[in-house]
Amino acid sequence: MNGASTARIWLLHLAVIAALAAAGFLLPDYHRGVFSRILVLAVFAMGYNLLLGYCGLLSLGHAMFFAAGLYGAGLPLYHLGWGMPASFAAGLAAGSVLALVVGALALRTVGVAFMIVTMMFAQVFYLTTLYFTTWTRGEEGLVLPPAARRVELGDVVLSLSDPATRYMVALVLFSAVLLVCLKLVRAPFGRTLAGIRENEERMRMLGYDTFRAKLGAVVVSGVICAAAGAAYGLMFGYVGSGFASIQYSILPLLWVLVGGAATTLGPLVGTAFMVYVIDYASGLTTAWLMLVGAALIFVVLFFPKGILGTVRERWLKWLP
Amino acid sequence: MGFGPLLLLALLEGLVTAALLALMALGLSLVFGVMRVVNVAHGEFFMLGAVLAWVVSTAFAGHPAIGFIAALLVAPLAVGAVAYLAERLVLKRLNYDPEATIVATIGLLYIIQQLALTVYGADARPVQPPFNIRIQLPWFGYSGYKLFVIAAAILLLLGAWFVLARTRAGLVMRATQYDAETAQAFGIPVGRVYAYVFALGAMLAALAAVLIVPVSQAHYLMGRDPLLLSFVVVIIGGLGSLRGTVVAALLIGLSDGIISTLFFSPTLAKILATLLVALVLVFRPQGLFGTAAR
Repeated sequence: MNGASTARIWLLHLAVIAALAAAGFLLPDYHRGVFSRILVLAVFAMGYNLLLGYCGLLSLGHAMFFAAGLYGAGLPLYHLGWGMPASFAAGLAAGSVLALVVGALALRTVGVAFMIVTMMFAQVFYLTTLYFTTWTRGEEGLVLPPAARRVELGDVVLSLSDPATRYMVALVLFSAVLLVCLKLVRAPFGRTLAGIRENEERMRMLGYDTFRAKLGAVVVSGVICAAAGAAYGLMFGYVGSGFASIQYSILPLLWVLVGGAATTLGPLVGTAFMVYVIDYASGLTTAWLMLVGAALIFVVLFFPKGILGTVRERWLKWLP
Repeated sequence: MGFGPLLLLALLEGLVTAALLALMALGLSLVFGVMRVVNVAHGEFFMLGAVLAWVVSTAFAGHPAIGFIAALLVAPLAVGAVAYLAERLVLKRLNYDPEATIVATIGLLYIIQQLALTVYGADARPVQPPFNIRIQLPWFGYSGYKLFVIAAAILLLLGAWFVLARTRAGLVMRATQYDAETAQAFGIPVGRVYAYVFALGAMLAALAAVLIVPVSQAHYLMGRDPLLLSFVVVIIGGLGSLRGTVVAALLIGLSDGIISTLFFSPTLAKILATLLVALVLVFRPQGLFGTAAR
């Protein structure tokens, strides 16, 4: 890997972040609100992409990591009156512990069994949120009070009920995760994951502990998704079982496939595209999930590399 | 009602669930066994069967049995045709790649489900049973139709066993399952076998739906629970084993009946059951009755 290409890649990513920062001031209110959601959901998709794109593991249960972050942050804030930073940290901790346990069990299986096992663990998580309805209020969910969703840093007060602050917080989280992912996939760890994706048997023969690398990937992916969930709960002030349902395991899969698996910016592109398509469609029909279904089939049939994957193949070979 | 009669009621309800599950899981297991495709849209074929049963049976005036028999013929054929098309247009072009086909069948699930929501609506609608006989037991009366469902499922399973084990079609299917390439070399049109197997799997789900819909109701989301349960049955029973599927369906159906009649919290029971099945898949992937993978 030569220096010029590395510089180009970092410049591209910094330019994307700068453009998003500028968009925070230029976008009309409605679209700025939509984009705050897109940025947080893109973090979810980036976490998913780490596992699907780079490690080749297709999970059908990532809603549980998102929801672990959501509840891990939301419940202490709501019931114990924790501050935002502590709640956010609790969300991350919940996600990492869950990812470690689920990963250690589910990685004993491969292929189709892995998908079904992750789906079942996620279903258990979903049902658990319904079972403890005294604390979670189930499908109805909890509304986090705006008074709790603020931090005071000296004289500056950061309140997440303010849309402009919310956008900037989302952007900070997004940028941090994007740069971490970029660093990670270009580091030896990321290369090892790609090697496992291409030929696990050979990697094992070369002396790599593939189980450990995969477990590492599940945990990092789970923590990133939990960060997205915790941020989502705190930013939009709502925590509900719906986010743990199977739908939220399918959506990141769709976003990553549309944007391009194993591309660092694909999750953002896919999320933004699908959120806008669904936003538009739900104005026309209540059956917007039909669109999700059609998009899934269309992508796997005709567009298996996704938007940025195709761009990379045709024009920009250096795209990470 | 005392505990004994309540248990009997739970067992009867469990047998009805088991009958439904055995038929559905057989379809799922056949498709996975022969094609190595996990059909996530299987529950939607079930739902489609139920909705079509409602459409057909309301189209026929007169005795409900006429509409029921018509539905028994029309719904599985129509659902089979839909599945056949889906297989030819989508799954075949994906070369039956396991991950791509899962994603595609998830897409199919959403499309069928939301089409049903748009066309049929969000209401649950009842279908008249073909006959109304109450069998009076000493403690309670029980629907004769439910007993008919159990008997019909047993007949259908016996028929499936006969086809798989004793006919040429079954031989072709088993050969394709065992080794598709060698089967092809022996002149078996593997592509066509796949299409028919996929359609057959869907038809079994639709048949189960037509049988069960007079005692439940047709609703556009009704495919979800049977899908999960039949996954469970296939996993516990082990793949490709008809006997395992039937035993597992009995096990799951009966425990489901007992849980939903006697247990205090169905959610907790579902949590434990799902967790248990996930752990079975982790620690004993060949299922409780299946043999180790080749």
